[in-house]
Amino acid sequence: MSDRWVRRWVIGLVLAYLGAILVVPLFSLLSVVVGAPDRAIDGLLRPEAIDALTRTLTVTAVVVVGNVTMGVAAAWLVVRDPMRGRAALDALLDLPLAVSPVMTGLSLLLLFGRNGWLASPLSSMGVVVPFQWPAILLATLFVTLPFTAREVILVLRELGTSQEEAAATLGATGWQTFWRVTLPNLRSAVALGATLTAARALGEFGAVLVVGGAIRGRTQTATTFIHTAMEERQEEAAYAMSLVLAFLAILLLAALTALGRPRRSP
Amino acid sequence: MSIRVVGLQKKLGGNHIVRDVSFEVRPGELVALLGPSGSGKSTVLRMIAGLETVDAGEVWLEDRRVDTLDVRERNVGFVFQHYALFRHMTVGDNIAFGLQVRGVSADKREARVRELCQLMGLSGLADRLPAQLSGGQRQRVALARALAPQPSLLLLDEPFGAVDAKVREELRRWLRRLHDEVHTTSLFVTHDQEEAFAVADRVMILSQGQLEQADTPEGILDRPATEFVARFVGDVNVLHAVAADGVALLGGLRVPSETAGAVHVVVRAYDLKLWRAADGAAGHATVRRVLPLGDRVRVEAVLDDGQSFHAQFPRRSSLLHGVEPGGRVEVEITTSRVFPARS
Repeated sequence: MSDRWVRRWVIGLVLAYLGAILVVPLFSLLSVVVGAPDRAIDGLLRPEAIDALTRTLTVTAVVVVGNVTMGVAAAWLVVRDPMRGRAALDALLDLPLAVSPVMTGLSLLLLFGRNGWLASPLSSMGVVVPFQWPAILLATLFVTLPFTAREVILVLRELGTSQEEAAATLGATGWQTFWRVTLPNLRSAVALGATLTAARALGEFGAVLVVGGAIRGRTQTATTFIHTAMEERQEEAAYAMSLVLAFLAILLLAALTALGRPRRSP
Repeated sequence: MSIRVVGLQKKLGGNHIVRDVSFEVRPGELVALLGPSGSGKSTVLRMIAGLETVDAGEVWLEDRRVDTLDVRERNVGFVFQHYALFRHMTVGDNIAFGLQVRGVSADKREARVRELCQLMGLSGLADRLPAQLSGGQRQRVALARALAPQPSLLLLDEPFGAVDAKVREELRRWLRRLHDEVHTTSLFVTHDQEEAFAVADRVMILSQGQLEQADTPEGILDRPATEFVARFVGDVNVLHAVAADGVALLGGLRVPSETAGAVHVVVRAYDLKLWRAADGAAGHATVRRVLPLGDRVRVEAVLDDGQSFHAQFPRRSSLLHGVEPGGRVEVEITTSRVFPARS
């Protein structure tokens, strides 16, 4: 078979695969919503739907800011700081990727729940975590921790230290070097890390369900709303919310493409 | 400004990378640190800059001891082997960086960038990104950036290592001219002896973390202080001999020797003459191969005591007449250095 035909076959195969795995399911979602638009819109405009979506978006925003900042700091320690045990830290950062989200939720429940290690000191301060919004935040922070750190670690290693050394010989302080030399070089890595973090935070289900309990008006998120709506046979509301999440994901990818492009100075 | 380095040492994992290196560079001098890879030359340079800690010894810039100071307090310009340009900044921003972090005002920065771009032949490139430049241009931006804050000392680590041979030639001549104009005391590291001799006022030769010799290029070529230097510089033969009464014997050849006992006679390929032995004359060696190498010819031969050697001649040298493989030749060693053989 000639190379030209191999190439055509590969292109055809990849397109068919993507179509079957990605496009058709999204399209079927879209067709249901388009088929009964008023019921879908009604479902979405219900107060508990708006409440769940708002909660998801708020948690996502906090998680992106928190884990991008901490991810860059942790990556810096792992790659640049001569501290002991940085290999252990490196491995630890991968832990959330290996642990099932359900286990994450369960461990948080054990930690903060009745008779948990942190339950009595916190409750004496009047703070209750399980089945409240902080539980959702903690669970989401946990599962999205590795994304930014991983990307930044890779790029920092590849970048090497010579630009930072050059900045130091030119008189820049460590702080100036970080903001003006290192961070701009991490742009794409941070953008990608933030996108992955946001996507995961929007879509997290297991950990959030276990530790939050999907209580309407208190701990329900976009994903657990979909789950509840399906159980209550309100398919249109579920599909509509799914479509909203899919739309947000596409928006994120578009933002990533725009951010990832190297900046041209004027 | 002068540099004085006293008893510099660096260990890594129990091994000495730099052992007891001392030297001085006079104000306005351009000096090369030459040595094979792994000789510790880059480490010496990085210790002077403050990019590497000093295990023992002192570094003085004029009358200021700097080995305890942080890198950025030393006011030393450093040019990295692979440029280390800030790739997200324009050429102009790269050059201005050292001024900007020191809080120099925008118009003064701009004036200095313009001045340096002119000096370096970078005019019109100030708005480009490093990725849009050729290797030689990037090298010049790196130099301009290092010179912008008016450092008291310029250190260059294998400055021409990453550009191709033709550009390297040009950059060498250009660096020499630039130095004659700017007069910043400069120390550059290289493994390329031609480069060291072509550019530097003085050359310091380093081997296994030790300074072997510091001298002018002529001094190093004519009076190598150690066997290492004699072998490292130029295309040489090392012949084993036994010396007694001021003479080392190499087959039928006699070479003056100040040391007695087992010796190494180091002879450059161009400090050797050989010619076809006249009929009936015994000769000293038998020719093995005659290799034309562009504008020169290399002759390989074996002395009567069994040691092989080679010599080089200009292509049309009259001495080559009748010299061919298997023929007998007479040999004369015009210049040689004799060192005691280390057992």
